[in-house]
Amino acid sequence: MREIRYLSVAAEGPAIRALQADTDATYLAGGTSLLDLMKLEVLNFAQLVDVNAIPLTKIEVSNDGARIGSMVRNSDLALHPEIAARYPLLSEALLSGASPQIRNMATVGGNLLQRTRCYYYRDPSTACNKRNPGSGCAAIDGYNRNHAILGTSDHCIATHASDMCVALAALDAVVHTQGPGGERHIPFAEFHRLPGDHPEIESVLQHGELITAVSLPPPTGLRQSRYLKIRDRASYAFALSAVAAALRIEGNLIRGARIALGGVGTKPWRAVEAEQALVGKPANRATFTLAAAETVRGARTRPHNAFKVELTRRAVVRALSTIRGAS
Amino acid sequence: MATDLIPLGDPSLRQKVRLELVVNEERRDLVIDGYKSLLELLREELQLTGTKHGCELGECGACAVLLDGQLVLSCLVAAVECDGRSVQTVEGMQNGPTLHPLQSCFADAGAAQCGYCTPGFLLAAKELLERKPDATRAEIAEALSGQLCRCTGYLQIFEAVEAAAAQLRGGR
Repeated sequence: MREIRYLSVAAEGPAIRALQADTDATYLAGGTSLLDLMKLEVLNFAQLVDVNAIPLTKIEVSNDGARIGSMVRNSDLALHPEIAARYPLLSEALLSGASPQIRNMATVGGNLLQRTRCYYYRDPSTACNKRNPGSGCAAIDGYNRNHAILGTSDHCIATHASDMCVALAALDAVVHTQGPGGERHIPFAEFHRLPGDHPEIESVLQHGELITAVSLPPPTGLRQSRYLKIRDRASYAFALSAVAAALRIEGNLIRGARIALGGVGTKPWRAVEAEQALVGKPANRATFTLAAAETVRGARTRPHNAFKVELTRRAVVRALSTIRGAS
Repeated sequence: MATDLIPLGDPSLRQKVRLELVVNEERRDLVIDGYKSLLELLREELQLTGTKHGCELGECGACAVLLDGQLVLSCLVAAVECDGRSVQTVEGMQNGPTLHPLQSCFADAGAAQCGYCTPGFLLAAKELLERKPDATRAEIAEALSGQLCRCTGYLQIFEAVEAAAAQLRGGR
């Protein structure tokens, strides 16, 4: 039996100091990705610092963009009228994730740090470099149907599980933090780390650094968008492949494009080359097919997840075609 | 706040914690083991066993309750997080001897077989109908998507929720 200490704090300063004082402590927000993993003994923190009372719950939307407090619940963000109107991609991604019950609990800050659904990570009886650095990866030679094809290493092939993060990657979000070293403003593409030799380190956050907000630039040219999530059943399942896409079409020409992928990358996966393949081209199926091929260029497949290459290509074409049809 | 209620200098969750919360509109002042989940608080401290232990991992919905009016999974809420908050469980749905329309419609439609998932479904449906009295079949399915039932195949549950919605709209 492990001893767990608990501290509830109502402000950022005490929260950060509590973690500085204890290297084996972590923040508790919605709890939906932490308490379950602690029950499974995948995560074994000695102290929980409950940040639910910190009032980082504002959603501010203006012509300059949006700023979303890190303690905003997923359901409140998804259903916020101005977010739904200006950033429909974000609303759609959020509503495709988890269940209403979990969305009522899960926070924006917590969702950035959502843990993988790799079955081996969640099972402490198996080898996992993410859970126990240096122990090996049971997924690489095991059953790897839900695993990543992009951004993998010889040490880890686990996917990033969040839907929200895929939309945030496409929307060029910035993650704002407060920590022992002061404030940081981290571009989304730099926030999550590739597994490399250290799959146990999933983000650039330092110990004690607290996510305070996520901001979004103005949604110029991003309102024609689609979040398409392919999964084993139509609700309450994790993505096999997901596409967050936005297009700005003028005449018949694509003037701007954003594509990010979920369910296939070891981190929320922005497909920059695919975006470049779209801009300046006619908005038709041939263009979409070429861009779709770019999204999975360099994919490294395993025995059970090779289907994700073609699945992702088709999902990209369908997402882009849907936007084209609606615009 | 909960901070003040944990004995100073010893914030271990192995210690007893004092909590004050409202459960089914009744104020409860409790001293409980700090490590307990809200689910365990309800079942073991208050003997409100309508809320069920399912997967314990936030996957099945059997433990769903309303916390400050919002549907949450009580297996993933630490009891210490609930100080000063309000909880509603299935035991709080009926009015004296009179069943809530959802409860009677579930019974009439055969929307329960083994019954283990039923309390969670009832609360999820109640939360939905309070927010959206004329919810469509698709909205009902979405609202209940985190509640798993392995007996009924869901159809009777959807029909029961629609029947209850009609009763509630009719003011009966």
